[in-house]
Amino acid sequence: MLGLSKKDTKFLFIVIALTAATPILLQPFPEGSAMSQFNAGYPDLMQRFAIFGIFAIGFNILFGLTGYLSFGHAAFLGVGSYSAVWMFKLLSMNVLPGIILAIIVSGLFALVIGYVSLRRSGIYFSILTLAFAQMSFNLAYSVLTPITNGETGLQVTLNDPRILGQQVAANGNVPPTNFFGLEMGSSLKIPVGGWEFTFNAGYYFCAVIAILAFYLSLRIFRSPFGLMLRAIKTNQTRLNYTGLNSRPYTLAAFVISGMYAGLAGGLLASMDPLAGAERMQWTASGEVVLMTILGGVGTMMGPILGAGFIKYFENIFSKINENVLHQWFSFLPDGLEGFVIWVAEHFVGSGWHLTSGVLFMMVVIFLPGGLVEGGQRIGKKLKRKKSDGDGDDAEHHPKQSPHVAE
Amino acid sequence: MGLLEVKGVGKRFGGLQALGDVNLSVQENTVHAIIGPNGAGKSTLLNCFVGKLIPDTGSVMFNGQSVLGRTPFEINQMGISRVFQTPEIFGDLNVMENMMIPCFAKRDGAFRLHAFETVENEKDLVEKAEQMLIDVNMIDKRHMNAASMSRGDKRRLEMAMCLVQDPKLLLLDEPTAGMARADTNNTIDLLKEIKEKRDITMAIIEHDMHVVFSLAERITVLAQGTPLVEDTPENIKGHPKVQEAYLGEAH
Ligand SMILES: Nc1ncnc2c1ncn2[C@@H]1O[C@H](COP(=O)(O)OP(=O)(O)O)[C@@H](O)[C@H]1O
Ligand SMILES: [Mg+2]
Repeated sequence: MLGLSKKDTKFLFIVIALTAATPILLQPFPEGSAMSQFNAGYPDLMQRFAIFGIFAIGFNILFGLTGYLSFGHAAFLGVGSYSAVWMFKLLSMNVLPGIILAIIVSGLFALVIGYVSLRRSGIYFSILTLAFAQMSFNLAYSVLTPITNGETGLQVTLNDPRILGQQVAANGNVPPTNFFGLEMGSSLKIPVGGWEFTFNAGYYFCAVIAILAFYLSLRIFRSPFGLMLRAIKTNQTRLNYTGLNSRPYTLAAFVISGMYAGLAGGLLASMDPLAGAERMQWTASGEVVLMTILGGVGTMMGPILGAGFIKYFENIFSKINENVLHQWFSFLPDGLEGFVIWVAEHFVGSGWHLTSGVLFMMVVIFLPGGLVEGGQRIGKKLKRKKSDGDGDDAEHHPKQSPHVAE
Repeated sequence: MGLLEVKGVGKRFGGLQALGDVNLSVQENTVHAIIGPNGAGKSTLLNCFVGKLIPDTGSVMFNGQSVLGRTPFEINQMGISRVFQTPEIFGDLNVMENMMIPCFAKRDGAFRLHAFETVENEKDLVEKAEQMLIDVNMIDKRHMNAASMSRGDKRRLEMAMCLVQDPKLLLLDEPTAGMARADTNNTIDLLKEIKEKRDITMAIIEHDMHVVFSLAERITVLAQGTPLVEDTPENIKGHPKVQEAYLGEAH
């Protein structure tokens, strides 16, 4: 179906079901309970899951398939955000033109940066992309201030022309971002027992686009084009002597992943109409690398899991402060409580980076294939238990090549 | 006019004259062996045919067109496929995927953005690749990871990948180097079979005299970067200059 194999179709439907149910799944603890800290079903965070999922899916098309590690992809994210905000200023608060322009402009950017950077491979390629991104970041702060509004960041104001839309809303404010009238900020709150679920228009808008983005990448993974990209990662010499020009293939992969990043940037601006240069900083580029590696490089689900994982910890752990810790550990004797809190507080609040760093190291050391590998190992263990005594020992069969999936 | 015409080719590496003044003509539908002691310049010569090296002097014409200054992928698209001294395959991919890549390269050229097709749906190409795997007795290994195979199988796969492109000229650089006797004989049989089944021209560099005399129809003896003689295997065997320069010394 949809040009996918049975297995992939199933796969896609699982992703659709999970995305649709996210506002419920991420709200497992009743309101006001001690554990409600860990609920993640609020619009802002769910939007980020979808948006950074898109960012990582696109990054994986380049890094996962071709093995070219870009350290500058945040530049495209930033370019996408600026483009979208300019559309909100000039045209209207409808998110569609903004998102389309974000994809086009970031694609052109990626074409130029990729054309130059792809003259080198390995670490030199990574350094070139990093240099380009830092250059964009610095330019956004300095000479490009008329376009980027420098340190303040680009914002929508009441004086913007917005030639196709309203300049000022009825309440005297800047009109909200919308999709043909459907406001991105609008939510439907449904209380069920002790729980409250928030179904947010912005989240579902991002989710639909994320599913489309996932479907596209699934098609690319299974296409002859995707096969060529994987061949580039394995053996470029053989590829060249087989009559294939690797340059346009890597460039196409670079541009496609740049457009995914631009789309993500455009969506960020659509959810919250402002764009700042810090979105292009190298830490942001590094984050998408971490997401992809953490989830599982070159796998379909990996980048999504990685993005979700990192964004969850960033939001939840950074919210926990000393007061919360006191509540949790108040059952301990005073001295011990003080010590435990002293240790724990380094891992939460602004110290959450320590937690994410430790988690990242553990995953890389114990699960080199990322979270996806963890899932597969658990799956295999369960299967083996089931089929114990069948006498069908998988290890005696010739090694099958790992399928790019799961 | 031969399929491959090499005229006055010379190549220096710093102070070393690796190739002196090589003239060579590979005729269509023949197996042409290039033999010579280690360091004679055989690999260097072959690299001049495929765009890896550009000779300092001389010309290399293939099918009436110069190959000099062209990249390896362009030369492959002209109809030259190459087997390496150590097999170059796509180690992370399985055997069938390895086979599909040359099929796409042959049909679609050096680049095509076929991002919305599915590899499995290319029925014609899948069939072609499978037929080739049957021909080389590898069809039962089609799902195997290429890197996990024996060296002999890797070599076999590499040859299948070259052959599925129906090249006008197949270049082989020491295809049996480092192989056990049994594997060497298998390779000879495979190459003979290929030769019988289709019209193909081969230029083969080889160290192993057994392989050379079982396969070649013409032999060029290279020593210190210059061809010594070119003749039929029977004549080469008895040639005094060859005995002295190569056969006596090496074996
Ligand atoms: N890239 C290179 N740089 C410098 N010298 C080289 C290079 N390639 C080959 N040579 C030298 O050229 C000579 C011929 O080498 P080669 O063609 O590999 O010989 P053969 O394949 O006949 O054993 C050798 O002396 C070798 O050391
Ligand atoms: Mg050699």
